[in-house]
Amino acid sequence: MSISDSAGTADAAAKAARDRLDEWTREVVAWHFDPASGCPFWLDYAASLGFDPRREIGCFDDVKRMPPFEDEWLRGGPVERWVPKGMAGKPVYVFETGGTTGIPKTRINCEDFRIDYELFSETLPDEHFPRGANWLMLGPSGPRRLRLGVEHLCQHRGGVCFCVDLDPRWVIKLIRKGWTEHLEAYKDHVIDQAVTILEANHDIRCMFATPKLLEALALKLEDRGTSIGGIGIQGIFSGGTEFTPQWNRFAHEELLDGAYMTPTYGNTMMGLAGSAPTGPHNDYKISYYAPQPRAVIEVVDFDDASNVVEYGQTGRVKVTTLTREFFMPGFLERDEGEREAPCEKYPWDGVSGVRPFHGFAATTTVGVY
Amino acid sequence: MLNLPVLRWGRPYESLDVDEVVHFATGEPIARVGRANGGLIHRDMRKAQRARDALTAIPIDALIDMVARAGELYTDGTVEMGDGSQTPDEFVRAQSASTGLPEHMCRANMKKNAFVLAEMRNILTSLTRGLDLEVLTRGHGEERGVPISYQAQSPVLGLVLPSNSPGVHTLWLPIVPMQIGLVLKPGPQEPWTPFRMANAFFAAGVPRETVSIYPGEGDVGAAVLDSCTRSLIFGGQPTVDRYRGNPRVQAHGPGFSKIVLGDDEVDNWERHLDLMVESVALNSGRGCINASGIWASRHTEAIAAAVAERLAAIAPKPPDHPEAPLAAFTVPGTAQAISQSIDADLAAPGVRDVTAELRGGGRVAEAGRGAYLLPTAVHCDSPDAPIASREYMFPFVSVVRCAESDMIARMGPTLVCTAITSNAELQRKLIDAVHIDRLNLGPVPTTRLNWMQPHEGNIVDFLFRARAFQTADIAV
Repeated sequence: MSISDSAGTADAAAKAARDRLDEWTREVVAWHFDPASGCPFWLDYAASLGFDPRREIGCFDDVKRMPPFEDEWLRGGPVERWVPKGMAGKPVYVFETGGTTGIPKTRINCEDFRIDYELFSETLPDEHFPRGANWLMLGPSGPRRLRLGVEHLCQHRGGVCFCVDLDPRWVIKLIRKGWTEHLEAYKDHVIDQAVTILEANHDIRCMFATPKLLEALALKLEDRGTSIGGIGIQGIFSGGTEFTPQWNRFAHEELLDGAYMTPTYGNTMMGLAGSAPTGPHNDYKISYYAPQPRAVIEVVDFDDASNVVEYGQTGRVKVTTLTREFFMPGFLERDEGEREAPCEKYPWDGVSGVRPFHGFAATTTVGVY
Repeated sequence: MLNLPVLRWGRPYESLDVDEVVHFATGEPIARVGRANGGLIHRDMRKAQRARDALTAIPIDALIDMVARAGELYTDGTVEMGDGSQTPDEFVRAQSASTGLPEHMCRANMKKNAFVLAEMRNILTSLTRGLDLEVLTRGHGEERGVPISYQAQSPVLGLVLPSNSPGVHTLWLPIVPMQIGLVLKPGPQEPWTPFRMANAFFAAGVPRETVSIYPGEGDVGAAVLDSCTRSLIFGGQPTVDRYRGNPRVQAHGPGFSKIVLGDDEVDNWERHLDLMVESVALNSGRGCINASGIWASRHTEAIAAAVAERLAAIAPKPPDHPEAPLAAFTVPGTAQAISQSIDADLAAPGVRDVTAELRGGGRVAEAGRGAYLLPTAVHCDSPDAPIASREYMFPFVSVVRCAESDMIARMGPTLVCTAITSNAELQRKLIDAVHIDRLNLGPVPTTRLNWMQPHEGNIVDFLFRARAFQTADIAV
């Protein structure tokens, strides 16, 4: 295939992806603003819009006509106002984010977390994440989407998932209080749980871990004369703003002992953004691509969130979530990064260099994840 | 432009994250400094004992000779720096450009550091109170017929260093001769001294595997404190408060150093005017040893006026001017924020900015991206005003009216107290006051330190624990 052929293929893939996004946007907007299927929040909100989204939003770009989503809307109840009428009668989960002090933000889920993690599962290479392998979830427990998501991912791939007890809100409080000894003790407590499970003959070969916990686990295993790879772990997925190229390289060179690790970007509000291949070939650069069309990442001007920056330029991360369970138009994340061009695996825009938004950096406490 | 990589036990490590150190006024890059991540430190510290093992293999006497040689190289030599090298003049220019400290002050601080290295034997003798230094190596010995033991509490000392004044480096220079390794996190604007000193040490024969340098952000400082059993950290009052009572960490913060005039001497205050101005303004008032308070029971308005007159005559000069008296604030917006904070304090009753009346202009002088704060003297009718207990990193002093009988109770924590009095009762109370660290009785500027004496706690006591130790032969 010539260069022009491959460029033409890439363009065609990008156009197909865009068409699919526009079509999906129309479906999701129609669902959320239909009195028969929408949730009370959006149906009430529509009355203040001055236009009918079902008629005016014909493609993804039209979502910009909606005022930016404010995550404060997610604090406090009644939580039922977020349950679409079209989901009536289905079991509803509620997942929380934040909440170290004050009321946490809540997002309802029926099937979304399963769908999102199944889609993510398709991005994991089987040679490193063997089907049927048992997993360890070394991350936050409690009312967290991540905890159930990882367990479902493991089950979806045919394995059994082991978990630890970890309260991230307590970790944030310890950091803010400066109780470093308690923080270390709590970290040891979590790592002890992980090591106990890993040494209990459960044949665990895959895991999720936050960068800090992965570091602590690797050091603990080294103390015990083994390593991440040595104890049988073959595939890891991890994530967060601490997952920088330098950390990625450090982990590969000094912690993993041959295990494969892939970064992810995501949170309770969106699905999981996978990463383009990363390694020594590209200085461990990390580029994330949202699971379009169910979620879209844009990198926008710091001063004008409706304006997408040029490729390679820096901006704020803006996320739009488009599922039948949750509609989140144009939410400005607490992160910034550089806009990335589509790639073969993901024919739509991505973001690299994700880090805390410089306007918030001074006040953000990065905990264990 | 120099590239300064992370140094992991003496071995360069090229991080993918690199920060530029820039000229404070022009923003022009001066060096590229590799940024460590916290995990590197946690991992490297597992091998910290190797640093102590390498050092204990060398007699302390030999190490003292090595650091003396390193001092000469540091002062006069062309020293390897990352992927290049630096002459003393280049070092001074770079340090001045990134820290805002005038070049002649950088040279003066260089002399301080060189003096400590040259006088290491005497300094260690003083800090250990004449201990046979072999005891530090062996861990035990005998003194006046009694068995003694000094046990190293950590194979390495962690240091989270500041950028304000290169004079602070004097505190860690005796560490390697005491056979303890160094784990340095340089201040963001002052990578120069740690790298230059480390390379001078290596060139003089100190094993490379005894020193690590981890430039970086907050996670790096936290990792140093987490993973070293003994650390020094420099920071503001919140840092000091955070680590108070933590036996692993010695926190160095504001000094709140003061000059106290006793009632028996205060009528002679004019004789001590030079001492007061030197204590406030030397080294551009950047150090914790600079006086931020002058306390007396009377004549305080006249003292404030006289000090203010001298301070108001001090104006910024280019950093390479041989008499440049002021250092610039290099982080954009900092000088303005400090000035606003002072203005807010001035709203309190009984407080007056005496320099403002003489200066006839604002307190901030812009200098490209940075800015100067012009020397400031305020008068306080009583110690109740919040500004009476403030300290800033420029020549700033509160002249506080306070009855002699109340002074010690009201003065608060004081790193250096110069008490000008012959009143034996007042002297006794000052000697007993546990919130005073260094005490000068008589007209000694607060900035004039005797390097043979401990500073903010004896570093030997921090690193070595005196303990009981007995031996007996096993009968065969």
